[in-house]
Amino acid sequence: MTTDQLIIFLCGILGGALRVGVPFLFVSLGECLTEKSGRINLGLEGVLVLSAMTSFGAAYLSGSPWVGVVAGAAAGAVLATLHGLLCSLPRVNDIATGIALMLLGMGLAFYFGKPLIQPQAPQLPAIPLGSWSDSPAVRSALDVNPLLPVGLLIAVFLWWAFANTRLGLLVRIAGDSTHATRALGYSVSGIRIAATAAGGMVAGLGGASLTLFYPGSWNEGISSGQGLIAVALVIFARWSPLRCITAALLFGGAGAVGPALQSVGIGWGYHLFNVVPYALTLLILVLTCRPGVVAPGSPGELSSTR
Amino acid sequence: MSHFISNRRDSIKTLAALGAVAGAPLAFAQKPITVGVIYVGPRDDFGYNQAQAEAAAQLKKMAGVKVVEEENVPETNSVQRTMTGMIAQDGAQLVFPTSFGYFDPHMLAVAAKFPDVRFAHCGGLWTEGKHPKNTASFFGYIDECQYLNGVIAGHMSKSKKIGFIAAKPIPQVLRNINAFTMGARSVDPKITCNVIFTGDWSMPVKEAEATNSMANQGIDVFTMHVDGPKVIVETAAKRGKMVCGYHASQAKLAPQAYLTGAEWNWLTAYTTFIEAARSGKPHPNFVRGGLKEGFVKMSPYGPAVTDAAKKQADSVKSQMMAGTFDIFKGPLKDNKGATIIPAGKSFKQTDLELEKMNYLVEGVIGSV
Amino acid sequence: MRDVLLPTGAIAVALLLFGLIVSFAGVNPVEVWTLLFKGAFGDWFSWQNTLQRAAPLMLAALCVAIPARAGLVVIGGEGALVLGGLACAALAHAVPLPSSAAGTVVICAAGALIGAAWVALAGWLRQYRGINETISSLLLAYVGIGLFKHLVEGPLRDPASLNKPSTPALDDGLLIGTIAGSDVHWGLVIGLVVCVFAGLWLRWTPSGFAVRVVGGNPRAAQLVGLPATRLVVLACALGGASAGLAGAIEVAAVHTSANAALIAGYGYAGILVSFMARHNPLAIIPVAILFGGFGAAGSLLQRRLGLPDASVLLLQGIAFVLILASEALRDKDWRALLLPLGRTSPVGHALTGDKP
Repeated sequence: MTTDQLIIFLCGILGGALRVGVPFLFVSLGECLTEKSGRINLGLEGVLVLSAMTSFGAAYLSGSPWVGVVAGAAAGAVLATLHGLLCSLPRVNDIATGIALMLLGMGLAFYFGKPLIQPQAPQLPAIPLGSWSDSPAVRSALDVNPLLPVGLLIAVFLWWAFANTRLGLLVRIAGDSTHATRALGYSVSGIRIAATAAGGMVAGLGGASLTLFYPGSWNEGISSGQGLIAVALVIFARWSPLRCITAALLFGGAGAVGPALQSVGIGWGYHLFNVVPYALTLLILVLTCRPGVVAPGSPGELSSTR
Repeated sequence: MSHFISNRRDSIKTLAALGAVAGAPLAFAQKPITVGVIYVGPRDDFGYNQAQAEAAAQLKKMAGVKVVEEENVPETNSVQRTMTGMIAQDGAQLVFPTSFGYFDPHMLAVAAKFPDVRFAHCGGLWTEGKHPKNTASFFGYIDECQYLNGVIAGHMSKSKKIGFIAAKPIPQVLRNINAFTMGARSVDPKITCNVIFTGDWSMPVKEAEATNSMANQGIDVFTMHVDGPKVIVETAAKRGKMVCGYHASQAKLAPQAYLTGAEWNWLTAYTTFIEAARSGKPHPNFVRGGLKEGFVKMSPYGPAVTDAAKKQADSVKSQMMAGTFDIFKGPLKDNKGATIIPAGKSFKQTDLELEKMNYLVEGVIGSV
Repeated sequence: MRDVLLPTGAIAVALLLFGLIVSFAGVNPVEVWTLLFKGAFGDWFSWQNTLQRAAPLMLAALCVAIPARAGLVVIGGEGALVLGGLACAALAHAVPLPSSAAGTVVICAAGALIGAAWVALAGWLRQYRGINETISSLLLAYVGIGLFKHLVEGPLRDPASLNKPSTPALDDGLLIGTIAGSDVHWGLVIGLVVCVFAGLWLRWTPSGFAVRVVGGNPRAAQLVGLPATRLVVLACALGGASAGLAGAIEVAAVHTSANAALIAGYGYAGILVSFMARHNPLAIIPVAILFGGFGAAGSLLQRRLGLPDASVLLLQGIAFVLILASEALRDKDWRALLLPLGRTSPVGHALTGDKP
């Protein structure tokens, strides 16, 4: 590969990480918050798709992409609250509910989103971080999603809040031990429902990013399992919001390897390149996990790690 | 007097005979028919399925034609169930399964069970002796339109690099890639075409990534062969590049960036089958057509297209309409240097050899 | 009784809600309900449609149900299914086999074996590396699908399958045919039989019981000295074998070759079927039929009323959410709830047996 091609390849990966990584960042942060409180939400795929449709629709109808963003976050919160409420009922399994809500979210989104496939909604303006460069490749790679700083702020805030605020501590207690929570006089369900709703709101921002920035349009194939993979991302990040940033960027970049390689002429095995992020996650899990020892940082009450 | 009476009798007989003859086609044309259309994806995808749905919508307006549709039918047992349902429950006499993957084994299995029902498959390769007579396949030579796309792209590209985003390296797609490239190279032989395969028919994020990485390379005119071109058109326009559309017109999405496009005109094919069914004529088994037969058409030129580009494209188009233009003719090399078509040989659009295409021509950067 | 009443009640409420939503789109809800019933269970054609769609779901659901009894949550059935189908098609092409039922058994067994290995890997990773099996099976599913696509479009592709990359087609003698006189293939019977066997195995055999102990009370299993690791991996292998078998049957009965159309989401639907059946293999049978009914009914809804495909997805989502929620009502003490009514009405007296 020539230097030029190398730069283009690297820009493709970097740009991909920044572009595709943003929805991953939001869903993983949302799932992280939910799981810290001891609940697993597999329905984030439905949340993602529903909030994507809602933000697109709201932006189209109101003419402002930021209204769309707010609408998307609200839709995410509503669907996630439903998940939280259902799971707090006795004998309801949260994995099954997650999958059922995934179907419901997708059904609602596709049904009400039918009239939104044709029109175009106003898009979020990009932040041109790359204007110092002459190369169009670098410039476009660094044309950053305005929601990315929002995501980074949320990640830092969550990290700080888990360690230093009362609310953060409550969330962690609910996640680590229901007995301790009740002993302190707090309602476990209440905390979990609130955390799930807040997680859904954050994930909703990811949906808004999909339809209002990249790829920037609404259709039924907009999400390709990103919500489901959020669960893997959170484990990969070992339940730390800061590490979620790395996980999201890694996944986004790995997903861009396939097209980036093809654009410099290496075309073999693109299906295999497309599974690189998943294989990589699996490899990292194999290398870092130990039997018998619960993954460090995982909330004790989380059903999937018991 | 007797003359008069016999004349009257004769004239009445003649009138009656004339009336019968005149009335007969009317009687046939009025025979109501139920037609089933099956889509593999959503009807409003701004692409492949939408092109089919637009034709189906026109069919609904025809007198005596009832249309039942089902969308999002996967290429599994479901489509066999759907076809059988349309026949057994809705009384369809003519079924249009519009996705390539429906042909074998699904449509063939159902056709064997219902020999009186006609099936017209889009994209398949009906072969005499191998496939039953109540099945048929139709398709359009949209590569002619992609060639014209290429001519326009060749004129408009300033970097002399054009790009093609494709789903899978199957013959129908390769034919489009090659036609696009050859059209552009007919304007300037130094033009190269990069191709990226996303791996599946509908992958919005991968398609957007592919567009961005090609734009990074300096490619300034795009076209595509995916089920829903919307994402690529919008992404290319956002990067300030130009784009030629496919399947249906995406001009609304990017009015300045849209140069022209290759569009289907499935109504022509649909009416061919419907007319044959209603008038009791045998089912036309192998139906193909290009610009000349009205199976495909070009989108109107966008505002950015130069007059020189329009002139050349129009002249090639009229040659195609007259049937005097062959896209695939020798000498033609593939992008690895081997000679595919020797000098002096040329393939007509109807040549079945072209439906087995497995190479990329010289000038295409990419591999199958 | 409650087992049937609660889900039925939930479905009824879901239908009401759905009817309400579509009435805003100008569609008559009564027409919708009639068509839904007709499409799923109205006539012999609809029944066949329903049963046909239920067939692969039964085996796919077992891939979740059997490991669940061992205490695991495995959601990677899709990967095992497609790889099983690929193994079935590949073996038929690679090795000369008798073109008869014996050959069919061999290729289906191959599919089951590959599926078993794939999910057993997730179980093994859990026991030896402590990796959560939900995540590992999901990741393995994605890897499996990518591998499948690569092999089908590359090394294992039939050169004659141009516009639809597939493996070479199976010989006619190896195909699974339809049950006499109907349109439903024998895969339905295989699914039924395997579900029944699985249910009986779990309930009546020592090894099945051991698996349930490991799942129900790991500490007790440890105390008794049950080989937990072996049992966990066994449960995963059996679940994976079911999914692989489902894939092989899909290839042998429907597609006749392995290609991308095999990736139809049966694995994911199976997850929901299993959870709704509360991981009981015998209950999986009616739940799978219910799912099949939804699909069949949705087809008729689209064709008759022109409703978009998304409306069926919406109905399914509402129905499943409500069914799962109705689980919460299972333990409610109905007598205590209806007691206040008993104080004021003769009907209530009949319920409580009190004298007025």
